[in-house]
Amino acid sequence: MSLDTPFRSCTDTPVLKERGQREVFCGLTGIIWLHRKMQDAFFLVVGSRTCAHLLQAAAGVMIFAEPRFGTAILEEKDLAGLADANTELDREVARLLSRRPDIRQLFLVGSCPSEVIKIDLARAAERLDGIHAPNVRVLNFSGSGIETTFTEGEDACLAAMVPALPATDAAELLVVGALPDVVEDQMLALLAAMGAGPVRTLPARRSTDLPAVGANTRFILVQPFLGATHAALIKRGAVPIPAPFPFGAEGSTLWFHAVADALGLDRAKVDATLAAPRARAQKSVAAVAETLRGKRVFFFPDSQLEIPLARFLARECGMIPVEVGTPYLHRELMAPELALLPHGPTISEGQDVELQLDRARAARADLTVCGLGLANPLEAEGLTTKWAIELVFTPVHFYEQAADLAGLFARPLRRHALLTPEAAE
Amino acid sequence: MKLTLWTYEGPPHVGAMRVATAMKGLHYVLHAPQGDTYADLLFTMIERRNHRPPVTYTTFQARDLGADTANLFKDAARDAFTRFQPQAMIVGASCTAELIQDDPGGLAEALNLPCPVIPLDLPSYSRKENFGADETFFQIVKVLAKPLPRSEAVTCNLIGPTALGFRHRDDVTELTRLLATMGIAVNVCAPLDATPADIARLGAAHFNVLMYPETAETAARHLEKTLGQPFTRVVPIGTHATRDFLAEVATITGLALPPETGLRQPWYAASVDSTYLTGKRVYIFGDGTHAIAAARIAAKEIGFEVVGLGAYNREQARSLRAAAKALGVEPLITDDYLEVEAEIARLQPELILGTQMERHIAKRLGIPCAVISAPVHVQDFPARYSPQMGYEGANVIFDTWVHPLVMGLEEHLLTMFREDFEFHDAAGPSHHGAKASARPEPLVAMAGASGGDIFPERMPERMPERMTAEPVTGEVIWLADAERELKKIPFFVRGKAKRNTEKFAADKGVTAISVDTLYEAKAHYAR
Repeated sequence: MSLDTPFRSCTDTPVLKERGQREVFCGLTGIIWLHRKMQDAFFLVVGSRTCAHLLQAAAGVMIFAEPRFGTAILEEKDLAGLADANTELDREVARLLSRRPDIRQLFLVGSCPSEVIKIDLARAAERLDGIHAPNVRVLNFSGSGIETTFTEGEDACLAAMVPALPATDAAELLVVGALPDVVEDQMLALLAAMGAGPVRTLPARRSTDLPAVGANTRFILVQPFLGATHAALIKRGAVPIPAPFPFGAEGSTLWFHAVADALGLDRAKVDATLAAPRARAQKSVAAVAETLRGKRVFFFPDSQLEIPLARFLARECGMIPVEVGTPYLHRELMAPELALLPHGPTISEGQDVELQLDRARAARADLTVCGLGLANPLEAEGLTTKWAIELVFTPVHFYEQAADLAGLFARPLRRHALLTPEAAE
Repeated sequence: MKLTLWTYEGPPHVGAMRVATAMKGLHYVLHAPQGDTYADLLFTMIERRNHRPPVTYTTFQARDLGADTANLFKDAARDAFTRFQPQAMIVGASCTAELIQDDPGGLAEALNLPCPVIPLDLPSYSRKENFGADETFFQIVKVLAKPLPRSEAVTCNLIGPTALGFRHRDDVTELTRLLATMGIAVNVCAPLDATPADIARLGAAHFNVLMYPETAETAARHLEKTLGQPFTRVVPIGTHATRDFLAEVATITGLALPPETGLRQPWYAASVDSTYLTGKRVYIFGDGTHAIAAARIAAKEIGFEVVGLGAYNREQARSLRAAAKALGVEPLITDDYLEVEAEIARLQPELILGTQMERHIAKRLGIPCAVISAPVHVQDFPARYSPQMGYEGANVIFDTWVHPLVMGLEEHLLTMFREDFEFHDAAGPSHHGAKASARPEPLVAMAGASGGDIFPERMPERMPERMTAEPVTGEVIWLADAERELKKIPFFVRGKAKRNTEKFAADKGVTAISVDTLYEAKAHYAR
């Protein structure tokens, strides 16, 4: 970008809203990473064989590693008389808890079938909580496809935890959103070095470390899909810290600066703390960005990470976003991101997958970011794709992962060049 | 409600997708909530298809429920027809849509689309994937197949192969070649690669080859009844079954039997290197068809001892029970992998033939394993030619099953050199991927005291007997001498020896196993 052109952002870009067939995961998928993060929690989906099959397909081989999730599959007799459902559920839960006595938090996860026949899982959770307290805390949220899209499952889960968190008057910083442990540790180390503290996280690794919340709590999100959790925390009196999301060197720096400003930390100390990791990130991203510079990228909606990632790719890697699709656009949370994203791309919310495929085929972007149901078919049409789910499962936040994040987008392009003789010439 | 982690089969609408995705010129409109599109990736990733499954989902959301999901369905069906111009459509509901009770069949009929629209009724809360495939194919055949004059030359239909079928692609090729050696051409192969127009031509064939009873038996019976086409009962997996199949075809057609070409499996099994396979204890689990075929091969063509046989699909329970009875083993019909795991742990086989789940169970128990049946992961949709059916299938099966076992010479060397510090039995077979580790102890330390075995206390991690949960009675203990003696037995038969000895001791009322007890038991169970 030339210095004499004034910067124009996407803040006022009209959003293309579409409704139609959606090619997305439901919120149950969130269980797959949440159960790794919350080490004494079990996620019990109340649903159909389809739900169990989805989890199996999405979790791949992870399902063999003694996973702490399962599906209570509804059978015909459960549909016939709703009165049974509670007894059936109580029995299955008791069996489960006796088999896994290490479980301290049990989440009853609603699905499309359980929502449609209106099994009152909230009440069931309350009842079971009474039965199994104080050893096990029983909570409820919905990961159904009719209500949640992919990462919104984590939002629903965390939002369900918020009302049950203990109260406090302490002035603590709460960082919200599940991160891989290694990334969380990096973040906590930098926050400590900046002088921010005490710092708590939601979700916590174990139920004994659950954060408390109150009017003196300041909280900041690390994931863009946490709208309901954001609202639930505000309802508890906690004060949000708006910031862009910590992707790339710039995103991470702005995120730490937002914390520093909100807590009134010494800016010189903060910048001194961030200088080294920030320089590392800039240098390593620059190396990967060579592959990405000037390339056009098209995002299908998937996780709500699309806008922050497009911002990172545009500003730090020199890519040109053509369309940035998101399953849901939370205006307030996304405002700092839209203010940074250079004007140009279509921002679309929701999906009519056939129409969007038509646009993707017309755009023929250098890189199309999409789900696994679309990736191979688009590759077969000659489009280079990056499958989006990896962006949720892989450590990509903060400085040390910035180049890995850029690398996830560069790899398909490098591979394409390697395997295509004419591209090499 | 039933708590489930693993499911051997998906819901029935996934079976319908397997039929729709197998075919060309057919489109499936599925009334389903947002999220059910996950099933697409089974086809695009596991089977690596280069196109999207021909399925339009209505993907209704919560806000649609109060309004009119029926109209959503109608719009989706109309748009799908306009965009894809299919020769025929199938319409149905997934588990959630089944609950909201829109009637996809009736709604689609009201649209008056200019192509046949076939409604599917798939009960999601009582049936599963294989039923879904079988029922869908049956409904398509019922609506589209019409009586036709028989072709002049002898032709047959291959029915049953679908998308996401275990080795269906190559089985079709192999059977097509095999039938060609008898002078029989394939009229239509369906549903795999067939169009609705092809289904309408089914009637021109003289008979049907029912490749997979799981996915096409209902259609085969229907064609027999309405079009007078006989269908083959023998599934040609294995050398013997292939011969029987060809004899069956010869009877149906009056044609002469073809020469056997390219068949190497019988000689390989007869060669002296295979002698060590004799009586190896094998456990078999899968879909009914593959499990029954595998049991016959294992017992009659390779010379294994089949110690257990089971299937996850209730539809094949009767034939599986008959096969198990013929082998003198207890049948196991279950879709609960924990039951399968318990059975395997109890039986301590030396080889497991099963699905993806059994492969993981085998890994956990440290037992060699080969995959014989769906469900399978991406590696079992291989790039190379690898049928299960016909003579080449018999070759493929021999290689696949024998590969995970310790090879004959290697087994011999392990027995000879089992005290060797590098070539000890706990190092495991050389080709299993696990890293062989040298024994960590100095060799002389305990030798004097232990009277032979230099590591009396050291039980390697991966030994099978670690996995046997309990001695038979819970009361029998092993005296130190006997335990040391047990460890001198090669690891691949040690689990069985331990179990047999404990059972022998329990039966005799012996509570402490000595070296003598061990050898008395060995004599008792000598085979």
